[in-house]
Amino acid sequence: MCLAVPVRVAAVLGNQWVEIEVGGVHSRISTALIDEVAVGDYVIVHAGFAITRLDIEEAEKSLALFDEIAGHLGEAVDALHPRLP
Amino acid sequence: MRYIRGFRDGAAAAALAKLLAAEVDPQREYHLMEFCGGHTHAIFRYGVEDLLPGNIRLVHGPGCPVCVLAVPRLDAAIELARRPEVTLVSYGDMLRVPASRRQSLLKARAQGADVRMAYSALEALEVAVAHPEREVVFFAIGFETTTPATAYLVLEAQRLGLANFSVYCNHVVTPAAIQSILDSPEVREWGQVRVDGFIGPSHVSAVIGSRPYEYFAQEYQRPVVIAGFEPLDVLQAVRMLVQQLNAGRARVENQFTRGVLREGNRKAQSLVAEVFELRSSFEWRGLGALPYSGLRIKSAFAEFDAERRFAMQFQAVPENAACQCPAIIRGVKKPTDCAIFGSVCTPRNPIGSCMVSAEGACSAYYKYRRRPEPAAV
Repeated sequence: MCLAVPVRVAAVLGNQWVEIEVGGVHSRISTALIDEVAVGDYVIVHAGFAITRLDIEEAEKSLALFDEIAGHLGEAVDALHPRLP
Repeated sequence: MRYIRGFRDGAAAAALAKLLAAEVDPQREYHLMEFCGGHTHAIFRYGVEDLLPGNIRLVHGPGCPVCVLAVPRLDAAIELARRPEVTLVSYGDMLRVPASRRQSLLKARAQGADVRMAYSALEALEVAVAHPEREVVFFAIGFETTTPATAYLVLEAQRLGLANFSVYCNHVVTPAAIQSILDSPEVREWGQVRVDGFIGPSHVSAVIGSRPYEYFAQEYQRPVVIAGFEPLDVLQAVRMLVQQLNAGRARVENQFTRGVLREGNRKAQSLVAEVFELRSSFEWRGLGALPYSGLRIKSAFAEFDAERRFAMQFQAVPENAACQCPAIIRGVKKPTDCAIFGSVCTPRNPIGSCMVSAEGACSAYYKYRRRPEPAAV
């Protein structure tokens, strides 16, 4: 229920609507719950609404930290094995 | 997408696991509760538990809105849906949840009730606009992630002057639930459940911020780390909790910095505050009646409140004796402790709500844990 996904804003449709694209599927979501967004912004979408903006700078910082940790420890193994339901 | 896949990187997970193994104190145990069902599923799907040192235990929390909905409230929804003039719109998970007398919304629909499944809350409004002859009721459930959308619906319905739309509000609040776990006799007196720290929800916190957790982190001396829903987020949050516990600290920290601010989403909060108010008490499945834990529609919007509009009644019913959902929701039992898990109760034929929802602990165990563990490579 609380699952939400980060998506990139593909087009601003006006009147608090934007178009997003996930895996080739375009859909329309509401941005009534957040401040104005522009094309190229990332938002986190839940049940047809953007609930917050995805802060790209912070996301990149987190990814850089994980990269650094992985680099330092020199692990080449893939420890995650997603299980199919 | 980089901002999803990047947080599922296996080499970084291996490195984080190595760091964690060096950081834990082998002399102690760490019992960490992931409040949110979304975390439970990420943990199982990616095998995160297998990467943790043996003295870190993850306890599954009650953060599954479908699971904690009290059966009498679901019974009342089914009764409402059976009224000939009503069209009930609900999120998909809710349709299959077993109510009392072996009923469910799906069965009611098969018997002729007009029950519709929505992906977005806005669809309920669209149905109401398209069918002015129907009484359209949106069956609203969920934690703070979902509440702002419902608030928006009510405000839109008022703006559009919709006379045939109402909301059956079952929204609940997270901090009250966490506090009730810490206050429960299982934790405080009986010592059945040990919770040393919390992995805090990502998207609930995107809305409410990290501030609401500060009170009980301090009051109950339990650290809280708000974590994203991807496996690297969870591993990093576990590290942050271990570091706090080792240092004897109990603070609120934010691992999910890309989505959560301390003050949260103010715009969403103000919509919620405009439309909803706290109920003095609300019944949770498994946790009982918790003070100030649920929301209701303010009297200024009474015409959009299905409970008032249809004078809805709630009747206490006994729980299914075999189903251990209530104890599983409290973290007292694991799904595998339940006699009917995986035999009588399966996702195809769920007996309890924890098997229905994609966030329920039983569903996670069933999907990812029922086969033997793959041999180590």
